[in-house]
Amino acid sequence: MTTETLETHQYDVIVIGAGGSGLRAAVAAAEGGLKVAVITKSLLGKAHTVMAEGGAAASFGNLDAPDGWETHFYDTMRSGHFINNYRAVEIFALEAPDRVLELEEWGAVFDRTSAGRIMQRAFGAHSFRRLCHIGDHTGLELLRTMQYKSIHSGIDFFMEVTLTTLLKDGERVAGAFGYYRADGRFVLFRAKAVILSTGGWGRIYKITSNSWESTGDGAAMAFRAGADLTDMEMVQFHPTGMVWPPGVRGLLVTEGVRGEGGLLYNSEGERFMERYDPARMELSSRDVVARSIFKEVQAGRGTPHGGAWLDISHKGAEYVKRKLPAMYEQFLTLADLDITRERFEVAPTCHYTMGGIRVDAESCASSVPGLFAAGEVAAGLHGANRLGGNSLTDLLVFGRRAGLGASAYVQAWQGDAPKVDQATVEAEMVRIVAPFQRSEGINPYQLHQQLQELMTVHAGIMRSGDVLAEGLEKILDLKDRARQMMAAGSRTYNPGWHAVFDVENMLLLCEGIVRSALERKESRGAHWRTDYPDELEEFQRVNYVESYRDGEIQVRTEAVSPMPERLAKLFTYGKAPGLVSPAEREAMG
Amino acid sequence: MSEGITLSVWRGDKDGGEEVGYQVPAVPGMVVLDALHWVQQNAQPDLAVRWNCKAAHCGSCGAEVNGEPKLLCKTRLDDYAGETVRVRPMATFPVIKDLVTDVSWNYQVAEQIPPLDPAVPAPFTMYQEDASRVQEFHRCIECFLCQDTCHVLRNHDGTDKYFGPRFMVKIAEYEMHAVDQGDRVPLLAQAAGLNMCNVTKCCTEVCPQHIRITDNAIIPLKERVVDRYYDPIRTLFRRLAGR
Ligand SMILES: Cc1cc2nc3c(=O)[nH]c(=O)nc-3n(C[C@H](O)[C@H](O)[C@H](O)COP(=O)(O)OP(=O)(O)OC[C@H]3O[C@@H](n4cnc5c(N)ncnc54)[C@H](O)[C@@H]3O)c2cc1C
Ligand code: SF4
Ligand code: SF4
Ligand code: FES
Repeated sequence: MTTETLETHQYDVIVIGAGGSGLRAAVAAAEGGLKVAVITKSLLGKAHTVMAEGGAAASFGNLDAPDGWETHFYDTMRSGHFINNYRAVEIFALEAPDRVLELEEWGAVFDRTSAGRIMQRAFGAHSFRRLCHIGDHTGLELLRTMQYKSIHSGIDFFMEVTLTTLLKDGERVAGAFGYYRADGRFVLFRAKAVILSTGGWGRIYKITSNSWESTGDGAAMAFRAGADLTDMEMVQFHPTGMVWPPGVRGLLVTEGVRGEGGLLYNSEGERFMERYDPARMELSSRDVVARSIFKEVQAGRGTPHGGAWLDISHKGAEYVKRKLPAMYEQFLTLADLDITRERFEVAPTCHYTMGGIRVDAESCASSVPGLFAAGEVAAGLHGANRLGGNSLTDLLVFGRRAGLGASAYVQAWQGDAPKVDQATVEAEMVRIVAPFQRSEGINPYQLHQQLQELMTVHAGIMRSGDVLAEGLEKILDLKDRARQMMAAGSRTYNPGWHAVFDVENMLLLCEGIVRSALERKESRGAHWRTDYPDELEEFQRVNYVESYRDGEIQVRTEAVSPMPERLAKLFTYGKAPGLVSPAEREAMG
Repeated sequence: MSEGITLSVWRGDKDGGEEVGYQVPAVPGMVVLDALHWVQQNAQPDLAVRWNCKAAHCGSCGAEVNGEPKLLCKTRLDDYAGETVRVRPMATFPVIKDLVTDVSWNYQVAEQIPPLDPAVPAPFTMYQEDASRVQEFHRCIECFLCQDTCHVLRNHDGTDKYFGPRFMVKIAEYEMHAVDQGDRVPLLAQAAGLNMCNVTKCCTEVCPQHIRITDNAIIPLKERVVDRYYDPIRTLFRRLAGR
């Protein structure tokens, strides 16, 4: 093994992940004159970000003039049920418009208002029309724009390289190690700073809107390297995934359908949201709509394949095709159904992981020196439930900040470049090829399926103490069996081999999810426990934080920092800050 | 589609390979990619195929199904009822393994295209009619199926002579942008090799995003090149104006 040549590269900063956050981070770091590489396990331009549909939230107020950063802040904190990191939310709401305008300068062409400005659409739980969009392929626009910006920014790219471990020199990060997917060759990156932008872990559930890449590699690598994770119990189920036919189950139906006027009905033809959130109806927050559909199905009022009806046909064919072209095409080709004429079935699908690496709001630094994180892999901004459209702007705002944070760290560097421990690298090489040495063993795909079933039953949209505890036992059992995962064939582009490491990462994070979910004995945002159905004041004051020491996950609580007066005040008017007149503000102090 | 599906998948690497048959149980609404995943999960975990979104949004899964360039995640198996479904990698690009090809040439071409050069800072005042002129081009998912199809690249080994239809779409996106002040016409006339295209429209036919590559991108770009280099009155005018 050790005789195998090891390709080695040296950078100031490596960025792991080429989604929106990774590319934005790399551009920011390269602007500071540093030597930067982006490493991605798929091809450039294919990251999960490409799938985002509905839009990017920024409070321009192009249509609704009263909108502003304060209301965006207010909506985001409320939807996060106040366990968000308020400072992250404040930075986010303040900087979002500038980051979107930057995209415009770099080539993105959003839909326009009649005044020639960026068009904004309504979305669940946003007080105003706020989502900048291009039809229903906003993620494609964002990613493609960042892709073409970054290839002209002096950055090196390593495509189809999977990194399997972070390397450290003492406490500090020192680089990362992995292999080329095309031929299985090992590769080592030495770096002073590492930015993780590896996305979420939505592949842990059977019904999911996520791509194969969302296996949580970055979070798992950081966890093993000593970084803290937080809010792991918070997993978002999007209310509207496709239901039929079976091959497309879970595929996303953008919230844009409801944003553009789509209505939800149960099998009895009732607009059932009346029962759960009569004020906001279809445009309630995702946690509420997902739970409402789930409850309707449980009460026997589901559609033939166990969902709800969604109907946009009343908006007319021309409008639907212009505003939702990808949805129209998706249903027509994959489900033989014309959404401009017919209603269709939808049901909740796993969509987003709010939890992840605990980072500093200003610089995106993790608890490991030199290790930064941005995008879905990081935690804090979204709290207990993410607002639609807030992820895409999150990628831009905190991608940039992570790039700047890493630059500042490198610029302040004193002394020699970090050293990489040879023995650690050799041990990792042995671990990576070990699945080929097992002539009998477990097929990683099958283990993955078992994990997905288990998570769906034991830690899905509806949870309770007993069921979670049983789930934990099963995960630990699977973890044992996972040691026997095997690969056959050669190291040339071998997905069966690659899957082994994906499954190991997911297992670790699933255990983390269940452990925190057991601790949070209340219902809040996406975390719904039937044995503790109410949101409880005392739990609003804590985040669950996990660390990994000697192969064990430890869970502790950390206090949520209270908002300073100037921000807390925004919640005292009884309505969105944008709707409060200056006179009213004056009167209320 | 009640019984099984017969797949014949090209398996091999740069040193050669052959089609291998698989029987896959049919499920309603199944696409070719589902069938390949079934093979991976149940028979051959090392079967190589690229995919990301399984929703025709990412452009990873381009291959040739019964000889036609297709997205595997968008190609329904019931369109081939009773037939053997033959799946092969894109022929224009060197094979890495099975259905996975080396498409890195496309990324090298992309780097040669000068980016948007806005005449004013954002926010732009741009009306929907201006946006609509280029938004069609923004739908491109870089599946490279048009590149696979274009005979200049496929049959004439023209990767050193022509950037291919995908990148004509990209250049059109910038050239027709209301606020752009860049000039990519010399590039089109020279390195990009636009004159290699003889407007067969085969690229447009295979585009899964229904981009009218030839009519809306290539032909208007050709007009720009002709106007600049071959229009005698304009050339004269330009000379007199000292440009
Ligand atoms: C169908 C769908 C629609 C959505 N719509 C919206 C929307 O309208 N608005 C919104 O705000 N949000 C939306 N979201 C959410 C949003 O798209 C994602 O949260 C976001 O794109 C994540 O971006 P990211 O930069 O964090 O990472 P990703 O885009 O997930 O990229 C991760 C990157 O990391 C790389 N990577 C991962 N592991 C490794 C490894 N081990 N080694 C090397 N590289 C690795 C991958 O190759 C990839 O390049 C949607 C999500 C889905 C699934
Ligand atoms: S129209 Fe031009 S670019 Fe398209 S396939 Fe024909 S020759 Fe190639
Ligand atoms: S133009 Fe069409 S066929 Fe060509 S790469 Fe783009 S989406 Fe694919
Ligand atoms: S998998 Fe994304 S286009 Fe087919």
